[in-house]
Amino acid sequence: MSLELRGITKSFGALVANDSIDLKVENGEIHAILGENGAGKSTLMNIVYGLVAPDSGEILVDGIHKTIKEPRDALASGIGMVHQHFMLVPVFTVAENIVLGHEKSGFAGRLELGDARARIKEVSDQFGFDVNPDDLIEGLPVGVQQRVEIIRALIYDAKVLILDEPTAVLTPQETDDLLKIMRELKSQGTSIIFITHKLREVKAVADRITIIRRGKVVGNASPTDSQDELASLMVGRQVELVPEKFSHVIGDPVLTVKELTIRDITGRALVTNINFEVRAGEILAIAGVQGNGQSEVARAMVNLEEYVEGSIIVDGAQVIGMSVREALHAGIAFVPESREYDGLIASMSIAENLILDVHDRPPYAHGIQMSPTVVLAEAEKRKVEFDIRLQSVSDPISSLSGGNKQKVVLARELSRPVKLLVASQPTRGLDVGSIEFVHKRILEERDAGRAVLLFSTELDEVLALADRIAVMYRGEILAIVPSGVTAQELGLLMAGVVNA
Amino acid sequence: MRKLNFKLPSFRALKLPGLSFLLAMFFGALLIAFSDSTVLKHIGHPIDFIKAGGVAVWQSYLALFQGSIYNPSLATPHDSLLAWYPLSETLVSAAPLILAGLSVALAFRAGLFNIGAQGQFIFGSIAASYVGFHFHLPIGIHVILSVLAAIVAGGIWGGLVGLLKARTGAHEVIVTIMLNYVALYFLMWLLGTTTFLRPGRKDPISPDVLPSSRMPLLAGNNYRVNFGIFIALAAAVFVWWLLSRSTWGFRFRAVGANTAAAKTAGISVPFVMTSVMAISGALAGLGGAVHVLGSDFSLTSGTAGNFGFDAITVALLGRARPMGTVFASLLFGALRAGGGTMQANTNTPIDIVLVIQALVVLFIAAPSVVKWVFRLKNLKTTGELAAKGWNG
Repeated sequence: MSLELRGITKSFGALVANDSIDLKVENGEIHAILGENGAGKSTLMNIVYGLVAPDSGEILVDGIHKTIKEPRDALASGIGMVHQHFMLVPVFTVAENIVLGHEKSGFAGRLELGDARARIKEVSDQFGFDVNPDDLIEGLPVGVQQRVEIIRALIYDAKVLILDEPTAVLTPQETDDLLKIMRELKSQGTSIIFITHKLREVKAVADRITIIRRGKVVGNASPTDSQDELASLMVGRQVELVPEKFSHVIGDPVLTVKELTIRDITGRALVTNINFEVRAGEILAIAGVQGNGQSEVARAMVNLEEYVEGSIIVDGAQVIGMSVREALHAGIAFVPESREYDGLIASMSIAENLILDVHDRPPYAHGIQMSPTVVLAEAEKRKVEFDIRLQSVSDPISSLSGGNKQKVVLARELSRPVKLLVASQPTRGLDVGSIEFVHKRILEERDAGRAVLLFSTELDEVLALADRIAVMYRGEILAIVPSGVTAQELGLLMAGVVNA
Repeated sequence: MRKLNFKLPSFRALKLPGLSFLLAMFFGALLIAFSDSTVLKHIGHPIDFIKAGGVAVWQSYLALFQGSIYNPSLATPHDSLLAWYPLSETLVSAAPLILAGLSVALAFRAGLFNIGAQGQFIFGSIAASYVGFHFHLPIGIHVILSVLAAIVAGGIWGGLVGLLKARTGAHEVIVTIMLNYVALYFLMWLLGTTTFLRPGRKDPISPDVLPSSRMPLLAGNNYRVNFGIFIALAAAVFVWWLLSRSTWGFRFRAVGANTAAAKTAGISVPFVMTSVMAISGALAGLGGAVHVLGSDFSLTSGTAGNFGFDAITVALLGRARPMGTVFASLLFGALRAGGGTMQANTNTPIDIVLVIQALVVLFIAAPSVVKWVFRLKNLKTTGELAAKGWNG
């Protein structure tokens, strides 16, 4: 089935999210839509799926004009969508989730799942999904939950499948599995619209690429184009995907971690007896698939973990036993894993978020009286220094894009005297332009002689930035390798294979 | 000068509460008309029915106004100002409510749902009353010490909640509900002891507080309005300053809006929880002092009335902002003061006032109803309420 969009336009107030977009997806192709966050990709797909009404434009399926007012119409036209955030009920089984909204009742109103179960098995076998209809959603890994969403779309006869940023939540292995599934779907005749800003994946699976920037189609590209070319089209200027890195003198150890064990509240060890050190002017990357204990190690660096044994010495001072505040003021800058969850306070202003850590120190406060003018003046300064794109520093932080939010976190954390920078997934969910900025800034800290401890699940990021790489697997450090390692070797280590 | 996070209550912010109030008055009017037996006699004749209904509604709302703000029939040839007596009554009932409302509003802003203003109010009343009737102290000092005692008692009773939450994770809603019972039964027990039982009485009532410990009257002996209203307004300014200008308030708001991020930025969450609940309790306790030292003078088992629970309503109505809480409390004070007059002068029962109060809150909680009725598009509905549900 083919899908064609003609002149789709949609504005939200003064913002033109989609500006007369034309797009044609051929039968049985994987069509990637590449664009930065906020370029208008999601709006476009929400229009196709009937979640947003366009101001003008038309949608044609197999050359026939279709009016799509709600998702029901889209499904009836053979268009299915898998959202970035899954629409699944965690306490229901796979089959129950799939029949949701189409339940059939049997005798005395009993929920009839027999057909659905059979269909799920059928689809699962056909494409090699390995999904059991009777599993509870909450017990399934994210990658499998996503397959459930795909099965749901296929069962309701989707011939064009929209995948909105499907790999954002996946581990590298799960990503590979998904790409395989996409190829399999394509070979059996399903067209796929693949929304993403990850260049490597686009090059791996896409047949054709449409690039959207600021609501407009700025061009088409072929998967054989280089990543740099794609990135430059996407951002609209020359981009350095791999930042330039100079070798320089590495100093004395700033951070020494010895026999660190971290437990959860039940006493189960999440991190077992790990040892490493980071020296001044060095970036040690801790790589690993999400959930192998890295998050806990990162949090332990500023004493956010409760059940910790061992020792963490920063510049001669024992961190364990300090309060979070003391740890931060002992020279540790901490970029937490999730901006939204524990990095920023959404309802507070940008200026206030910039001084969360120092709000009660001069010059921001004298005694318990705060000085709003000083706070605002300081925010204006940081805005310039960190190139934070904003309308007013008094606006709530939630008005910023992901990249600018991360800049606020960096601006806050790097304005204390820093000896050690701990950055946990610092570019997760950011667009290419922001990633470039964050990477540059991390390298600047390294070059200024600070120790950097970087936690990342992105192979490219680890390889681009690290001087040494420690790979974590099931709560232990499997190996510490020099930066010359190849992506394959690193991938195997992350999967727990030693002696590769 | 641009200021940090401070805006005068704009018309936009007042729109929802204002329209909700109008809508509530409208439904109140329907209720008045349909519950009036003389109006219902005309049910068969639409025109007479509407006429009679209109008269009943007009008389009821006029009585409400006359009972709460200005009533010319109270003026005497010697003193025409007596017509303002109802306004004095409104301020008398509003003052303790403002303080209790601020208590709930402050806790809201720090993400805590203080259902316990009632208990804290009771402890404040007990402390103020004990110091007020038991000790003989010089004028001036006596009232100050009575008030301080109430602040401390309310503060401890509230702080206890924060401490329990911070140390053990006990949910403050459960803890405060339970502590309300403890406070109430403690009061009832106290009123049976020889210290608190008024000599010569068998029913549970304490001695009147001594004149030296009472709130100074503001408008002479004919009016009950007293210094308590100034204390309440000063407390509102204090809470505004605390929240928007002080490091403590900054921390309260940070913890209220995102506990995890506040903790990551080095803010001590247990300390914030304990201190905010202590200040919150102190405000409610102060409310108890203003009530006992300003208008009631003695303790009974019903001393706290509904103040601690109405406090939740006014804090919600005032969107957890200090000035909003003041306005909401004045409105409730007026409804309460006027309700009595309305019941006495018309066929309309005082319960209509409760219905109007409840409807105002209902409409504020369901802004889409107000939007639909008034065909509004961009109504500001996001407030400052940060208290979380059970999973927060």
